[in-house]
Amino acid sequence: MKPSDIVALLELELPGKIKFKNLDALDPFIVIDADDLLTVCRLLKEDSRLRFEFLNCISGVDYLELDPKKAPKAGFEPHTEVVYHLSSFTHRHRLVVKVILPRWKDNKAGELPEVASVTELWDTADWHEREVYDLSGINFIGHPDLRRILLSEDWEGHPLRKDYEFPLEYHGIRGR
Amino acid sequence: MATVAAVQDPTIIEFDVRTDEMLVNMGPQHPSTHGVLRLVLRTDGEVISEVTPHLGYLHRCAEKIGENVTPIQFIPYTDRMDYLAGMNMNLGYSMAVEKLCGMKIPEKAQVIRVIIAEMNRIASHLVGMGAYGLDLGTFSPFLYAFREREMILDLFEEVCGARLTYSYITIGGVHDDFPDGWVERCKRFLDYLKPRVEEYHTLLTRNHIFVKRTASIGIMSKELALSHGCTGPMLRGSLDQSQGDPVWDLRKIEPYCGYETYDFKAIVPPFPEAPKEAVIGDCWHRFYVRMLELVESIKIAEQGLARYPTAQGSHRTEQPRTLPAGEAYMETECPRGQMGFYVVARPAKDAVPLRVRARSSSFCNLSVTNKICRGCLVADVPAIVGSIDIVMGEIDR
Repeated sequence: MKPSDIVALLELELPGKIKFKNLDALDPFIVIDADDLLTVCRLLKEDSRLRFEFLNCISGVDYLELDPKKAPKAGFEPHTEVVYHLSSFTHRHRLVVKVILPRWKDNKAGELPEVASVTELWDTADWHEREVYDLSGINFIGHPDLRRILLSEDWEGHPLRKDYEFPLEYHGIRGR
Repeated sequence: MATVAAVQDPTIIEFDVRTDEMLVNMGPQHPSTHGVLRLVLRTDGEVISEVTPHLGYLHRCAEKIGENVTPIQFIPYTDRMDYLAGMNMNLGYSMAVEKLCGMKIPEKAQVIRVIIAEMNRIASHLVGMGAYGLDLGTFSPFLYAFREREMILDLFEEVCGARLTYSYITIGGVHDDFPDGWVERCKRFLDYLKPRVEEYHTLLTRNHIFVKRTASIGIMSKELALSHGCTGPMLRGSLDQSQGDPVWDLRKIEPYCGYETYDFKAIVPPFPEAPKEAVIGDCWHRFYVRMLELVESIKIAEQGLARYPTAQGSHRTEQPRTLPAGEAYMETECPRGQMGFYVVARPAKDAVPLRVRARSSSFCNLSVTNKICRGCLVADVPAIVGSIDIVMGEIDR
């Protein structure tokens, strides 16, 4: 199926759930609300015409320009995106699903933004979500075992956030 | 009292011994974990009930570095991801950036890329084969594999000056053209390698002990492989062409670099020559898929070498100074599976991307360990982990 057909089918089955679509992008993507993630993903995986049984990648992207001089020209408002790259083993088509979240939950600094976990649909989401939580600082609600995967368990902060402050010291090891 | 009765009859004591669950720590400095992987095994006697992998001992912040340097500066960091297949990593990242910039790559650069990528696949599968023998307790295949790999590394040293961290394939093509006489030397090497493959089969594939250790061990179903995002030989070893499964090889289904014009097969079971004990999805099949892929890679490299003298264009084109706004996700078929790179450029034109994400194939392949190790014996764990053929540099990044 062509990306335009996939999006048309989604709009037919789940009207109003697609908040934004870009079919001319290099990898056509749709943007949905965080609350609709599981509904949309379940349809994407289980509908016989779609069959996205392969979750290639989950990425967290932090949009923030720290330099106050560059910020007005940056071309984006500060926010965080969770990007799901999906592909179908049966039909050999691909789709990108994005969820846009605030950088902090309820704009309270230090409160991680939240999105539902898709581990019940794809097992591979388990480790991918742990990695995104570890590095990009996004809380996946409903994940069976959400703990750090690449960094040590007592690490502070989430390094792939743009405002991450590099530690000067870790257990007596000097950073610089 | 039961205990008194047990002492009177010593045979009862033997059956009355209660076995407690025990946690066994395997790694991170264990030779068969292929680097610094730590597995915590929950065992009941000799039987595994749970495996918990702990990662991150080789984490070098590659993604964080990627968003602070230009794409061309990031190429050397990709070498260090899957360090056994540095060329394929270079290729994956270069192609993601080229997709983002909409660059057209000349035919000559494409041919060089295919030759080099396939040579690196051969080298990587040779290590995979040799190290797998090592895991199972036979030392000699490792020496034979490294003898051949050494010759590939010599060839790579001639083209780029490095033996492991090449940074040879770069954005817009490849760094240098082949030196004089390299094509002949490469052909001579492939002619030397072809009859050797049969030797490996006698050493391992048909070896009675090897078959005993790998056949029907660590069986993974197709559904499990798909759900866990397994790719490469790991997924193909679980497919069955006679059941109508597609030949899942990105070089076939989403061809890049002109792979559609090369004559080769994607390796998918069933294999008529498989031993009776082996079933699709076990360690033996994953190993054998790699062995057959090695032969296909020789075929592709030979076709590339035949095309090289007449290939048109330059080996490299200029790349734009800044990245256009947008994002690109590109997957390539690396020796260990689909390696994806996701590059997000800044909306305001800039040479440095906003985000670089590496989708590691070994990372997804390893995540299935817990499921396929359950119920097997402690001695089978190296056999299963070895058949996944992981490289920790790629998992931890």
